[in-house]
Amino acid sequence: MLFDSALLESIPRFVTPLLLAALAGAICHRASVFNIALEGMMLIGAFCAVAGAYGSGTWLGGLGLAMLFGGLAGLAYSWFSIRRGGDDIVVSIGMNFLAIGATIFMLRLLFGTRGQFDDPGIIAVPKVPLPFLDAVPVLSNLLNDQSLLFWIGLMMTFAISYLLYRHRFGLRLRAAGENPEALQTAGLSPERTRTVAVVISGVLCGLAGAQLSISNVTLFTENMSAGRGWIAVVIVLMCNGRPLWVLPTAVLFGLVEALGFRIQGLGLPQQFTDALPYVLALLVLAIVLGRKKYLA
Amino acid sequence: MVTSNRFRQFWPFLALLALFAVSAVLFPAVRDNAASFLEGAFGGRRNFNFYSTLSRASLIIGMAMSVLVSFRAGLINIGGEGQLVLGGLTAALVGAYLDAPPLVVWPVALFAAMLAGSLWAMLAGWFDRIAGVPLVVGSLLLNYPAVLFASYMVSHPFRDIASGITQSHRIARELRLPRFEATLLDYGIYLIVLVIVLVIFFERRSVFGYRLRMQGFSLPFARSSGFPVGRIYFQTLAISGAIAGVVGFIAVFGINHRYVDGMLVLPLYSWTGVIAVLLAGMVSWLVPLTGLFFAALGTGAVGIERAADIPREAAQIIQALIILFAAGIGHGLISRNTKGDG
Repeated sequence: MLFDSALLESIPRFVTPLLLAALAGAICHRASVFNIALEGMMLIGAFCAVAGAYGSGTWLGGLGLAMLFGGLAGLAYSWFSIRRGGDDIVVSIGMNFLAIGATIFMLRLLFGTRGQFDDPGIIAVPKVPLPFLDAVPVLSNLLNDQSLLFWIGLMMTFAISYLLYRHRFGLRLRAAGENPEALQTAGLSPERTRTVAVVISGVLCGLAGAQLSISNVTLFTENMSAGRGWIAVVIVLMCNGRPLWVLPTAVLFGLVEALGFRIQGLGLPQQFTDALPYVLALLVLAIVLGRKKYLA
Repeated sequence: MVTSNRFRQFWPFLALLALFAVSAVLFPAVRDNAASFLEGAFGGRRNFNFYSTLSRASLIIGMAMSVLVSFRAGLINIGGEGQLVLGGLTAALVGAYLDAPPLVVWPVALFAAMLAGSLWAMLAGWFDRIAGVPLVVGSLLLNYPAVLFASYMVSHPFRDIASGITQSHRIARELRLPRFEATLLDYGIYLIVLVIVLVIFFERRSVFGYRLRMQGFSLPFARSSGFPVGRIYFQTLAISGAIAGVVGFIAVFGINHRYVDGMLVLPLYSWTGVIAVLLAGMVSWLVPLTGLFFAALGTGAVGIERAADIPREAAQIIQALIILFAAGIGHGLISRNTKGDG
């Protein structure tokens, strides 16, 4: 049986990192910053979450450090790309490269190990019990005892949607993307608005990384983000940066990942199930963008 | 043409060298590390490490040449990894299963590797041109299926089970590319030199190269001049992928003598090639130099790691910082007007 309770329970854990990272990408997309460094920022978040949770002995420390360094990575990105005028793609390649090197370097330096670090001292983000759902069959599996970060991710979806469409800053952010001259005429700086957008996206990527490393498992492995940041980029492009569309799309990809993980247990080679999200991402993106291309 | 402006992006790199030089004078610890860096990159008995650096550099420069061809035409093909891996896998399988003398196997394996790389690059192009998936995203996404497919091939159908490692069968001894005496450097470097010469020549002196560059500078200009834009687009990707295939061939026949899972991915050959091109500001004759520089940085860092236990990833951090600082200086590394619609 493919769709059993174990599958349902695993879906949110695959959805959360994609959701948070795609929201991060969506904010940048709306401010017309082509941030494809989501992958690297997530990796930094994953490492800092482990370092923070281990160092402070609390999960809050982990989340705090992940958000802090995610934000700093965003600041660095904006400094290189917006302030110094570097090409988005070049800066992103540099940031992703930096993230891989720096996390392995720090893994060696702080924990004296290579490859993987796990320790009982890494405190996981708590799960949220919802006792009133106990009697409801499917919803209980899906929502009960899920990581706090899953709920943060859900709330962020609506919070960012509100921010973009109902808040003054969101209006400015979209103006920075669609009509920067208008923003300038209003006496505001598109550069500064974009910088804030990239920093917010860094913080969100930090949380996405934390979900990978201190939520369902408590360990860090080299290059742990494993391409999820690129799936997030695909989600952003498919949804054209609209947060409320990001949620269902992230759920779709999370479901595929969860299914792949499940099929693997049935004896299909791991490589095929691992490749599934990327192939699907490419095909779905081709259909969505291809339609746009030919219908326009 | 190369203007003095082009060299502006070497400033961070020069500043870094100056920083090293000054700190080497001031701090003895840095001096020791500098010594072990130079030892690791160029030293060893009879300059053994220098040849290892060259061997690594030949792969990085090869990948850089592959990237350069695409970038020059304004095509952000960052799928070199997948093209390289498929080329390497194809070469390894031909080498292990085609029972023929070297003079038959080499060209066949080389051609097959080039074909595999080409087709994979053109697939990314197909997604871009026909389906509207931006090349930068499509080519990157295609890396994952390629790497995972190669991993599957050498862990199931073509695995050398007796070895206990996920790798293909070793190619016959007489099929290996010869090596320079008492070094790890193989004759594959001649092939890379040939690639460098051909790329530089065609990029700067042929009609195709001219069109390719103009297309990179300004697509509207290329269109209105009547260039066969679509054809050049796919030809460029095919050449780019084919060069990646050549690199895969050399890695298999010259260095590892088989395909080992992860052997082309973990050393980040493809990405180092990308940043070597970016640092050179896409000036073709500078690319071999920046490639050599990054290779030396990598092997030198291994020397420091051996001597002082500083993780070798320090080299990667330095490379990333150089690119990040260079990105802000070299404006128009990738001209903006070619980025949107293809």
